[in-house]
Amino acid sequence: MNPEIGGFALIIALFLSVVLALIPIYGASTANEMWMSYAKPLAAGQFLFVFISFICLGYAFSHDDFSVVYVAQHSNSQMPIQFKLSAIWGGHEGSLLLWALILTGWTFAVSRFSKALPLDMLARVLSVMGIVATGFISFLLITSSPFARYLPRYPVDGADLNPLLQDFGLIVHPPMLYMGYVGFSVAFAFAIAALLSGRMDAAWARWARPWTNIAWAFLGMGITLGSWWAYYELGWGGWWFWDPVENASLMPWLVGTALVHSLAATEKRGVFKSWTLLLAIFAFSLSLLGTFLVRSGVLTSVHAFASDPERGFFILMLLALTMGGSLTLYALKAPNVKSESSFSWLSREVLLLINNVFLTVMAVTVLLGTLYPLLIDALGQGKISVGPPYFNAVFVPIMCAMSIAMGVSVAVRWRESTPKAVLDKLWKPAVFSIICGLLFPMIYGNGFEARVFLGISISLWVMSSVVTEFIGKFRNAQSITSRLKQLPLSYYGMMVAHIGVGVTAVGITLVSNYSEERDMRMQTGDTVEIADYQFTFQGTHVVKGANYMADQATIVVAEDGETIVTLRPEKRRYNVKNAMMTEADIDASLFRDLYVALGEPLEDGSWAVRMHYKPYVRWLWLGGILMALGGLLTVADKRYRQRSARQEPTNA
Amino acid sequence: MPRLLLFIPLLLFFVLAFFLWKGLSIDPRELPSALIDKPFPEFTLASLQQPERQLSKQDFIGQPVLVNVWATWCPSCRQEHEQLLMTAQADEIPIIGLNYKDERDMALQWLQQLGNPYQFNIYDEQGMLGLNLGVYGAPETYLLDAQGIVRHRHVGVLTTQDWQELKQIIKGWGSAKN
Repeated sequence: MNPEIGGFALIIALFLSVVLALIPIYGASTANEMWMSYAKPLAAGQFLFVFISFICLGYAFSHDDFSVVYVAQHSNSQMPIQFKLSAIWGGHEGSLLLWALILTGWTFAVSRFSKALPLDMLARVLSVMGIVATGFISFLLITSSPFARYLPRYPVDGADLNPLLQDFGLIVHPPMLYMGYVGFSVAFAFAIAALLSGRMDAAWARWARPWTNIAWAFLGMGITLGSWWAYYELGWGGWWFWDPVENASLMPWLVGTALVHSLAATEKRGVFKSWTLLLAIFAFSLSLLGTFLVRSGVLTSVHAFASDPERGFFILMLLALTMGGSLTLYALKAPNVKSESSFSWLSREVLLLINNVFLTVMAVTVLLGTLYPLLIDALGQGKISVGPPYFNAVFVPIMCAMSIAMGVSVAVRWRESTPKAVLDKLWKPAVFSIICGLLFPMIYGNGFEARVFLGISISLWVMSSVVTEFIGKFRNAQSITSRLKQLPLSYYGMMVAHIGVGVTAVGITLVSNYSEERDMRMQTGDTVEIADYQFTFQGTHVVKGANYMADQATIVVAEDGETIVTLRPEKRRYNVKNAMMTEADIDASLFRDLYVALGEPLEDGSWAVRMHYKPYVRWLWLGGILMALGGLLTVADKRYRQRSARQEPTNA
Repeated sequence: MPRLLLFIPLLLFFVLAFFLWKGLSIDPRELPSALIDKPFPEFTLASLQQPERQLSKQDFIGQPVLVNVWATWCPSCRQEHEQLLMTAQADEIPIIGLNYKDERDMALQWLQQLGNPYQFNIYDEQGMLGLNLGVYGAPETYLLDAQGIVRHRHVGVLTTQDWQELKQIIKGWGSAKN
């Protein structure tokens, strides 16, 4: 009965979203207040019924209802409860339901927290989100219902979740990522509403900004978590693979980063209006494109979900409708006028524009690299694969150039700065970064290394220019504490996020240049030395997990003869799928990770053991967390609430 | 600025959508091979592990074999490796490696690191044999019968399920002979 309730709730949600997609937006165009006021309750109802449906699926998972096809394919009675629940989004159908839940959740949140918004704007925004929800819920119901049953005969037990996904990373990574993907639908809806109403002034940017920042922060967290998960779970110490699925999440993040900055310029200075609208449309379109790439199976990927051309076709239609429709609207109605305000060649506006161009070019490079195999194939020129060499060769130089511009942009003011003022601010951090960059490889490594010099100089440049600017704010301040309080939260947000970029860059530079790894055939008692650490293999024994058996090795790590940690990597065999998994064990710390993974058992009782020394690898993710935190701090700025409250009478 | 310029994003999107639509009807894993039911191409190439040893077709003719195209630059190959090791351990069919457009040092390190499922490895640094075979990208796996005729081609990661299918094909040959 329960799965049927879930399916039925989803059908009701579809009806509500169809009404939401039609009525309030029609009311807004005919100035019918009653019809516009339907938007809020509809948004709430839509969310409620998708939520009920989600709960029903969760209930089926937690109670091992293997008559439900989706549950039988992705769960097993032996699985621990937390994995049974996270298995809800372990496959295609459930992921889509999560998508729908988050989308309707965002819609509900917009309807609740936009008291300052004029009614017609709110009606349009919610309707646009209703259109998107209609598309996705009907996609769920038509091609991918998670509630289909095996009746009357159903399996006694489930086929188990892919062991790679039975992990804490999978519990949190997809929801975070989807919060980001779907969150861009809010910026998209605001942009469309602005285009429809013709009010493309700074107001829409101010309303859209907090929502965009939150979505951007979630997406960044999701990507960071994904990278961390791949690092410890795939068992070979890599942290980014330029896999199509990873690229699918990176592209909207890059465009989203551009959007976050462009919105700031539009809000504060009334510039780049068309450009910001276009970015808002693209950020969400790339999220949809990502979904298409992952779900349709047009590209091969390590994440390979079940691919199905019918589903691919459906998403392509959704993509064509949203993107084609919104870009047509954009072409017809985007503001075609010169900016309200002027700015000189050396101004924050120009630097933001440069940064935007860099970010967009990066997103396009990733898009090309990801789709190139598909393009070549569709043109009948054969099949090829584009590997990390392409991405590294193209992406890294642009990233360096952008980081240099980033440092400058912080020191430049809106409207105009004199070259002298900028130079005065920047020469110190510039000299500092170059000197430290030169010294670092000599002290830390074994002599000068051009790539380390470049990486460290640029990272320090990004961080030190922000810090210098921050210190400069206190030059004429009477008391430091009052000045600290005076600075708006959004300023702190910017600082934290920019420092995060520097921190990530330090991590990338050092882990790519100073990692050491060794693969050894080890017998009980053997010791290997890597980067001043002695790894001693003390044999293996069998351990039994909830749904797997494992050979667990004991490896004692010592530094200068003193034991610092005991690592216990495992080689697991999962009972149901009979799949082998390498479970690495890691001693993590801020400045280095010691990473041990078990390879193959060899004939004479010895094991192939892989040991890595990964300096500064945590900084990669620490930077990612800082960037997300920066985005959230900006939202917490009370300026938004105050200002929008003050402006309410004029806009309403 | 003429309004026409604002249509550029829309046009670009149409181009993209066209390719995506074409992409739907293509299965990236399924590829025709000009060589199906034809003899494996002749070659003389060095062995990966023993650079002084020259290998040719004669080194594996006489029994059914799998020829697996791999490279260290290919992440999917890593994923596939586990399956190859299991197949090799079960000793069901000899696996010959074709190390494709790779660097010897890295390839050797890879085998040491991840285990070696291969009887021996053909070192195709220039990709010439790959070209003759019609390799599009790694990983790819070819099933050859005892006469050295290419009977089946698999593009992409060889999963347990794919391996079961290949086994069925080999079984078919056994019964046909009897």
